[in-house]
Formats: sequence, C-alpha cells, structure tokens
Amino acid sequence: MKPQDTTQSGRTRVGLFVTCLVDLLRPQIGFAAARLIEACHCQVFVPTQSCCGQPVYNAGDEPKAARLARQNIEIFESFDYLVVPSGSCAGMIREHYPKLLQEDADWHQRAREMAAKTFELSQFLVDVMKVEPGPAPADAWSNTKITYHDSCAGLRELGIRAQPRILLRQRAGINIDEMANSEICCGFGGAFCVKFPEISTAMVDGKIAGMHETGAELLLGGDLGCLMNIAGRLKRTGSRVNVMHYAELLTEDADDPGAGKSIAGN
Amino acid sequence: MEALSHNFKKASRAALLDPVLQAALVRSEGGFVDTRQAAVDELKNFEAFREYGEKVKNHTLDHLDYYLELFEQNVEKAGGQVHWAQNGEQANQIIIDICEQANARKITKGKSMVSEEAATNEALERCGYEVLETDLGEYIIQLARETPSHIIAPAVHKSKNQVTELFHQHHAGLGFDDRVTVREDIVDQARQVLRGHFCNADVGITGANFLVADTGSVAIVTNEGNGDLTANLPGVHIVTASIEKVIPDLTALGGFLRLLGRSATGQIMSVYTTLFNGPRRQGDLDGPDEFHVVLLDNGRSEILNGSFRDMLRCIRCGACLNHCPVYTRIGGHAYGWVYPGPMGSVLTPIMVGQKNARDLPHACTMNGRCQTVCPVKIPLPDLIRTHRVQLNRMKADSAIGRAGFSLWYRLARIPKLYVVFTRIAALVLNTMDRIKPGKNRGRFRWLPLARPWTMSRDFPAPGKSTFQQMWKKH
Repeated sequence: MKPQDTTQSGRTRVGLFVTCLVDLLRPQIGFAAARLIEACHCQVFVPTQSCCGQPVYNAGDEPKAARLARQNIEIFESFDYLVVPSGSCAGMIREHYPKLLQEDADWHQRAREMAAKTFELSQFLVDVMKVEPGPAPADAWSNTKITYHDSCAGLRELGIRAQPRILLRQRAGINIDEMANSEICCGFGGAFCVKFPEISTAMVDGKIAGMHETGAELLLGGDLGCLMNIAGRLKRTGSRVNVMHYAELLTEDADDPGAGKSIAGN
Repeated sequence: MEALSHNFKKASRAALLDPVLQAALVRSEGGFVDTRQAAVDELKNFEAFREYGEKVKNHTLDHLDYYLELFEQNVEKAGGQVHWAQNGEQANQIIIDICEQANARKITKGKSMVSEEAATNEALERCGYEVLETDLGEYIIQLARETPSHIIAPAVHKSKNQVTELFHQHHAGLGFDDRVTVREDIVDQARQVLRGHFCNADVGITGANFLVADTGSVAIVTNEGNGDLTANLPGVHIVTASIEKVIPDLTALGGFLRLLGRSATGQIMSVYTTLFNGPRRQGDLDGPDEFHVVLLDNGRSEILNGSFRDMLRCIRCGACLNHCPVYTRIGGHAYGWVYPGPMGSVLTPIMVGQKNARDLPHACTMNGRCQTVCPVKIPLPDLIRTHRVQLNRMKADSAIGRAGFSLWYRLARIPKLYVVFTRIAALVLNTMDRIKPGKNRGRFRWLPLARPWTMSRDFPAPGKSTFQQMWKKH
C-alpha cells in the first residue's frame, strides 16, 4: 500500500488508534485526543479498527498477535502518523510489532516504518508537533490538587514522563503534586489484574496510599487500563478522588458527552 | 529444595493475609530501593558499568568452556581441586565424599544459593553431619526450618520479635537465659553462639560470587565476615558455585564489584571482599589444608543454548526482587522455590519444569522496572514473555484464559464485526446501568463473569455508543 497523498488538504494526516478500552468505555478520551491533534493543524482519521493485539501477545500467543499486527499495519500505514491515547498500546506498536514480524523481511520493514511514525498522544504533541503554550483555559483547576500516575509501558518503553506534565503546565496551568510512587505499577497489567486479583488489589491500594499522601483530589494518567483500575478501587473504597485521562482535562471546556465526569462514575 | 511453585496462587493469597510478612515487606522495600539509588548516583557512570557488565558476561558465556577450563587449571596450579557436577545430586555426593575423606562431623556454611538449589544441607544431614549456617539471615531461617525468601536477605520476612523468640528457644540451653530484644544484642548473641562453631568445624562450605579464570580465585563478598571464618578456620574449604559464575580476570572483577554491592544492598563496597586462592601454602599462617571447588551445571549448559541464555548473566544481586511490585507485595516464599521475583520467574520454570511453575511467568504486570535496575541488563520482561509463549505452545496455560483470548481474537480479526459487537456491548451495559437507582449509576459493583475485577473494584459503565460509532456521526 502506498502512502496516500498528504498534499490534498495540505495538512498532516494522522490516524487515530483509539484503543479498545477508550472505544467502548470512555469515548470522550478519543474526542479529546482528536481535538488536541486537530489543534496542531492535522487532519484526524479514524478508520474502522479493533485491537492492537497486546492481550494475545502478553498471553504468549505470538501467531495471533502477529496477525493483528499485520492487520493494523494495513489499516494505518498510509497515514503520516499514528497517534494513540495510550502508552501501552503505542508501545505495543512501536516496540513489539517489529519484533513480532521480524521473520518476514517485507513485513518487518513495514512494521519498522509503522513503528517510526507511531506516537503516544503527549509524545506526538510535545516531541513531534512541538506545541506552543496555548491560551490557558479559565483557571478551573487552580484550586484543585492534582497528581499524575506514570503508566509503566509509556514510562519505560517510550520514555514518557515530561510530555504530559509539559502539556498540563502549558495548556492548563497545572503543576502536578507528585506522588512518591508515581512510577510504580498500579497493578492493572492487562490480564494480570483478573488472573491475580488479590495481588493486583494490594498493588492498587499501594498506589492509592501514595496518592492520598499528596492530598490530591484528582488523579490524571495516560492509560485507561490503569485509570479504570485506580478509579474502580477508589470508588469501591468510598473515595471521592476523581480520575481522568490528561487529554480530557486539556479539553475540559469541551461539550463532549460526559466531560469532566470521573472514570467509574461520580 | 522441593518445588512448590505450582501452588503460587494459594501461597500468594496467604502471603497477602500474613500481617507479620506484610509489615516486614513494607519495612524492607523502601530501604533497598533508596539505598541502591544513592549508591548508583554516587558512581557517576553507573550506566557504563552496566554496559560493561553485560558485555563481559556475554563474552564469557560465548567462551564458557575456555574460561571454565582456564579456571580449573589455575585452581589446580594453586593446589586446589575442581569437581564437575551435572546436577544437585552429583554435587552433594562430591561434597559428602570430601567430608567422609576428611573424617568430618561438623560443617559450617556460608551463604550459597547453589547449595539451596541442590538441597545440600538436607543431603548432608541425612548422612549424619551437623551443618550450621553462619550467615545471620541463613542461621535464623535454619533455626526456623524455613527456606530463604530473598536471595541476598534470606530472613527478610522475619520480624525482630520472631527472631527473639527463635533465639530464646534455641539458645536458652546454651547459657543464654534472657530474651534478647535489642537489635545489637540479637546480633551479638548470634556472634557468640556461632564463634564456637567456627572454631571446631571440620569442613567449611561457601558459595562464590565470582570465579576469576585468569587467577583461579574464588571471590566472595559478605557483610558479616562469616564467609572468611567459614573458609579459613576448618581444615577443608569447599566452594559450591554454578558454572556461569566465571569471569575472565581481575579487571572484570573490579567492574562487577562496583555493580554488585550497589545493586544488592546499596553499598559502594560490601564490608568483606575476599579472594580465595587454593589451600594454605607452606609458610602461610592460616587457611585450609584442602581447597575444593564444586562446579554445578544443573541445566545451565542447556540454558546456554536456548532462548533464556541472557539469564546466565545474572549476578544474584536481588535488585529485580526489590523493585518488583509483585515481589514486594507477596515476598519470596510464594514463588515456591529457591529463586523468587522476576529472576525467579525466569529461572524456576526452566529448572523445575515450565508446567510445574506455570503461574510464575504470568504473575507479572510487564511493568519493566526490573529490567531498568538489572546490573547486567537482562531483558527480564522479554524472558518472562518467552515462557508465556512456550506455555501457550504447549497449551499448558489456563484453559479459560485461552478460550477468552481466542474469542476476543476472532472478533478483533474482523474490525467491521468488532465494531458491531462493541456497539451492542455498550448498549447492553448502558441499559443495565440505567435501570439501577440513580446514585449507583455510572459503574458496576457486580457484572456476570467479571468477579475477579468486581470483587475489589467498580467497573465503569459505558455510554450508549462507542467512540467509533459516535465519530462516524460527528
């Protein structure tokens, strides 16, 4: 498949890989991501899509994962960039697709080209688009203590740590009240959280204890899996702390359905 | 040691409910992590040393036969003897034969994970020898008849009160009538009890941190000096080591010592670093009359030629354990064999059989923190995933999981069908949500088939439509 003509509209063509969880459970993250990308004078495309294949990959089923990798390369390789509002799924495409498809020279090449233009949302905005500080929205958040959970795949596979913080500071005037354990796994881990629910719960309780030490009223992150885990546990234990994807907060004036509502319900 | 790794799920649940263990884990976690970071920062180019460590280990593994034979020649030149053991049983027999030759009765032991692998203590005790662990942690768990829960801090799961009681129970008959409750007093009592044993042991067995091929030296680091007393005072010194412990020369040793102390305990240097070269020479004031090195393979030659080769770089520092969010919640015993945590989740399935430890590679969130602290840059998450791949190929992983993933895959393979299915799922879940009383809306406390999630967490309720559906309309 040849790259499609980018000059037609004169704008960079970005494929949005929205991820399974966002697609089903939190569409507003997808809209927020699209708005942020469009604000960089890019055109956003959402071709019919399913899953990046990480669940079967981490379950050890490489043939199935490779099949889904080829499918996604076919769907997205014609765009200038592939942007993902999740470090985990972006990491799958960037770091693991080339490994999965290395047996076949042709596919390996296509996987590497795909990987090179795949970015997690904050990476894309800060590192690729070099977003300038925009007009800070009404200081709706200036009285809210906000902390940030660094999801493991984004942090360690893609090196994402500064980017969301830069965006939050530049675009919304937010300074993060850091947790001591911001870089420690929340216990989600995909299938891990249902295979070993007790260990997973103990881990998320550790995360929440660190969060409470900051006095945060809002926890942000960049991966819906982790955020669902943390939010779900917070709700169950009666906490009123809100949990949101950073992209939602950056577009919080949006009139998208459900904006401002915490994951797992207010 | 008998492998109980098949019991991981049950054992980890029990560990989470053990208040003494949980308190011990909280106590130790931060300490290890913070002290390591401080010691790593102290060395300006720690990263370069990691790369050096990786390179030197890879080089040695590429020429393992050469370096092992060089090591053997140099040990013999110094008057020592090298014995080759294919498995634990053979290693134990060699050790028993040496002890028999020496007419031994009492044996002191320094810390050795290889001897745990081979269950050497049990084998010696069956032959009627008195075996005494002299590393404080090992001594404590020997009294408690337990196994190490951490590869460098074997009794890290024990509380001070438990040690007080244990010592009272075992030392009261030795003239130590009062309970010791202050940390320093506990250590002092152990020192007094052990001192006597050091002096009248017939054989001393130690492990090895590194085997230096070029000089035939066995390098051991300890913080208590017990390794030196174990090695030097008895007439016979036996070293137990696995074959991948060999490194080329003293220059390499310098590099590894900088990595080991920092990664393990956050020390720039362990308190004692000793190189043992053969038995006592004429004119030496002390040292053993015999010096033996038992080299254990125990499956490592096979690892060398397979997909887990990188694991043989491991220098047993324990950093991956200390930084593992799963290990630090459940401790080491739940893993069911000698090696716990990330390195154990790679090694144990290889050594006890993948089917006997099938939960271990799955008991990992793939968070990758272990890999970032490994002093020899072992790609632990990749190796753990390789186990999953092999278990999957053998169809030895969970049947329910396989069925679930298979269903998901079939759907994901046809995006147009996937989109329809997720729309229906959203609609159904949304309807289920809306028939609840208002204050409970937005989340589920219970969902069919989702108990492992909903037993401790709410699940978010979706809106009426999926993102892809809404995007098409907008």
